[in-house]
Amino acid sequence: MILNDSSALLAWLIIIPLASGLITFVLGRISYSAALSLTALSTIFISLKLSFIMFDLQDESGGYILHLLGGWERPVGIALRADGLSAMMLFTNSVIFSISGLYSLGSFQSVESNQTAQSPVYEKAAFWPLWYFLWSGLNAAFLASDIFNFFVIFEVISLSSIALITLSSKPASLYAALRYLFSTLLGSLSFLLGVALLYSMYGALDTTLLGQRIENNLTSRAAAGLMIAGLIIKSALFPMHFWLPPAHSNASAPVSAVLSALVVKCTFFALARLWFDIFAVLNMQMTAFLLGTLGCLAIIWGSLQALRQRRLKLLIAYSTVAQVGYLFLLFPLTARLAYSGNGWLDETWTGIFYHLVSHALAKASLFLSAGVIIFSFRTDTIFALRGISRQLPLTSFALALAGVTLIGLPPSGGFVAKWLILKAVVSSGQWWWIPFIILGGLLTAGYVFLMIRYVFKTSTVTRKRSPVSRALEVWALLLAVISLLVGFRLEEPLQLLRTGGYF
Amino acid sequence: MNMLFWLPIFILLSSFLTGLLIFFLPSHKNGTRAALNMIGAGLKLVLVILVSWGVVHGEEYETRFEIILGFAFLLKIDHMSLLMVILSTALWFVTTIYSIGYMRGLPNQSRFFGFFSLCVTASVGVALAGNLITFFIFYEILTLTTYPLVVHKGTEESLRAGRTYLWYTLAGGSILFLGIVWMNALLGPVDFAQTAITAQIAKSHTAELRIIFATLIAGLGVKSAIWPLHGWLPVAMIAPAPVSALLHAVAVVKAGVFGILRVVFDVFGVTLSTSLGLLGPLALFAAITIIYGSLRALQQNELKKMLAYSTVSQVSYIILGAAATGLTASTGSLVHLIHQGIMKITLFFCAGIIEKTLQIRNIDELYGVGRQLPLTAAAFTLAALGMIGLPPIAGFVSKWHLALGALEAEQTWIVIVFIVSSLLNAAYFLPVLYKIWFKVRLERVPEERVGLAEAPGLLLWSTLFTAALSLAAGLFASSAFSPLELARTVAYGLKL
Repeated sequence: MILNDSSALLAWLIIIPLASGLITFVLGRISYSAALSLTALSTIFISLKLSFIMFDLQDESGGYILHLLGGWERPVGIALRADGLSAMMLFTNSVIFSISGLYSLGSFQSVESNQTAQSPVYEKAAFWPLWYFLWSGLNAAFLASDIFNFFVIFEVISLSSIALITLSSKPASLYAALRYLFSTLLGSLSFLLGVALLYSMYGALDTTLLGQRIENNLTSRAAAGLMIAGLIIKSALFPMHFWLPPAHSNASAPVSAVLSALVVKCTFFALARLWFDIFAVLNMQMTAFLLGTLGCLAIIWGSLQALRQRRLKLLIAYSTVAQVGYLFLLFPLTARLAYSGNGWLDETWTGIFYHLVSHALAKASLFLSAGVIIFSFRTDTIFALRGISRQLPLTSFALALAGVTLIGLPPSGGFVAKWLILKAVVSSGQWWWIPFIILGGLLTAGYVFLMIRYVFKTSTVTRKRSPVSRALEVWALLLAVISLLVGFRLEEPLQLLRTGGYF
Repeated sequence: MNMLFWLPIFILLSSFLTGLLIFFLPSHKNGTRAALNMIGAGLKLVLVILVSWGVVHGEEYETRFEIILGFAFLLKIDHMSLLMVILSTALWFVTTIYSIGYMRGLPNQSRFFGFFSLCVTASVGVALAGNLITFFIFYEILTLTTYPLVVHKGTEESLRAGRTYLWYTLAGGSILFLGIVWMNALLGPVDFAQTAITAQIAKSHTAELRIIFATLIAGLGVKSAIWPLHGWLPVAMIAPAPVSALLHAVAVVKAGVFGILRVVFDVFGVTLSTSLGLLGPLALFAAITIIYGSLRALQQNELKKMLAYSTVSQVSYIILGAAATGLTASTGSLVHLIHQGIMKITLFFCAGIIEKTLQIRNIDELYGVGRQLPLTAAAFTLAALGMIGLPPIAGFVSKWHLALGALEAEQTWIVIVFIVSSLLNAAYFLPVLYKIWFKVRLERVPEERVGLAEAPGLLLWSTLFTAALSLAAGLFASSAFSPLELARTVAYGLKL
């Protein structure tokens, strides 16, 4: 454990977006681009700095940074904790939020120049504060080390997400947001019950303290069950994924991007934290196996549903359901800790989170590209992709490159992740996951090329097309390129993920 | 700067950067694009010649990036890579010239040539890869970059063909991936030609190694079109002619076969594969493919389809030669990798010319082509005779070594397979030649084609060049710089 001057950086990661949210709320339209560039640059800088600090810590065992807010010691005060994984997540978060934010700026401009519009100013005024609250909430989630804080942060995240979805002011999005609200409230409730149980038993909320105090008994198990159930509803693990496709497909493009890329992942991140910090003592082999199985079913079911979709954004949303499934292999693959030869634990840990990061980048890129297509053709059926390789070459590229990462083909971050996961599966001898992983990859290829096929199709009719700012295309492509680049330079990110990790 | 480290990367970049630049060229800038293409292809050729000279004189070019968790990126040029890299670079140069002529006036040229360059980058990467992971990376990039070429026409039919192509290759890729990961989990990152490491665990993991071998070969078998995994190849014929030429002679099919050669020679090693009893079944599948491909070729009426089935059959010669074991057979197998490429690319070039100038696709319409396109027909004849194995053309040299090698290895049945297949080759090529030269067109030649004596210059010259190459490779087989000599060096290196 390291307590040093740099630990205050952690607090800034939460404060800066929060402040931007308040500024844009109070000052209104003049401040949008200034606030965005300020927040983007500072959070990217801080998370990068944090990554470097973590990277230097790698040799020390259990290296992580702790920051006590206001200097209050635990259990009274609130602690923020960052290890290599947090640094990686925070960096990914700032990159995706920054690029999607730039995309939003651009898209608001296109909307204003294109149409007379009912009330874009109102929409914008509501959009930016919510955007920053979500940003701040996610940063906080990756730094939290207290189960009650997790609960509060998830509330902030859910509420701002839901409000952002409703901003696209279609009846469908209102309906989807409502469904999301009810599901996520159910999840929160279940999580809170678990928190209450643990607090009443052990009198602590801090994950480290709880990890020391927890005993393997029925109450602890019940609490664990409740908290896990709450988190898998929020992470949209099959069969609790029903709320995700409508919610993610009816939001506006940048909102869909951050929802699919990051919001569903932060609860998975929390689950991983709790699992290894607190629940390790409970030795939940069966639960781990169950989570893995649900993950595999999610891979198959999500992919099959994606293959059936005829709306671009729904296809991409179902793909998230499938890709989230891979993450849950983390639990069964690390479940038999006691068994000899733990070489694959490292591979599992890094592979799973590498998958998380590269999927986040690719998925954000896909949603932003889908946004470009909707702006251009006013429709998001897959048929709208017909022949766009000539009209929107950059977007076609973005779709293809992000698709490559999703399928897990080289050279991409997705490939590295798949390599590590498959290798962990083979080494651990849990061969029964292999068919799911392979089949999942093929089905992913199926729905990715469902889109790509149309890109190459010659279309004889020249369709009416609204002009789209080239910048929007560039931002989507940029994310896709980054998702590819993380497959090239592996050593640092992989090393970072191991810093302060559990294996 | 250390050239031994950087040259392999430069070889890859020469076509990769060309490809990227071409993507961003506006469609109408034909001159710039052609110039870029030629500069890229020429530069690569020069670099490869440089490297070949170095390798022959004992230089070791190696680009290695060690990455944690058993992940290592390695480019390494040995004699076997040289074989493949020379094939793809030289034929890419020719095919670029041919394509510039062929694609003239067609839409989406920037896209076409962009992917064309990327595709060659991938196939050169396959050649230079120094371990299975690196091989796989380029092998899959090859799939991705050839897909846009296969569906280039954008018609419903070509999109369907593209879908078949993808399903086959991606499924094969996943199986191969599993095999490679498994191998890596057992042994850690092992470079090619370190067969001793594999042999160490042969006793303790016999069954596992057998399964891994089967997985690897099944994965690679898709691209090398081994029966029953060959289904995509005849379907992919829908692509423009230069793409088919590239697919059959240089890139995709060859990547698959090259992978099999790597697995047999450099991952498992011939000794270990033999002692595990793995080469018998492989030889059997190759033999079935040879006969099956020839029989199917006999039934085709579409010229390009017939050529496709002929590829199915011919490519398995390479596999059968490697599975027969022994110095001569392996030499034959390795040299056929090049010879088949030169001859098949000539055949496809000719088919492309015939289709483009006379709009003829089917064999029964070929009457009188010999009079309208005498030079093209001559090139076709030469390559077809070479395929049958007539001396002194290249095909004879490889078939001679293959058959001799099979005899040396005392596998008479393989010799019989070669003889039967050669007869079948003759049975499907000779009628075509007969129609081209000795039959006269029944209907009168359409007005607009009367003046057309020969194909446009670029198309014709590149075709004549490859035809001449296939003759030269046979005539000068015993010279020091022939493909045969290179193949022999590789085979010696295997210490059979």
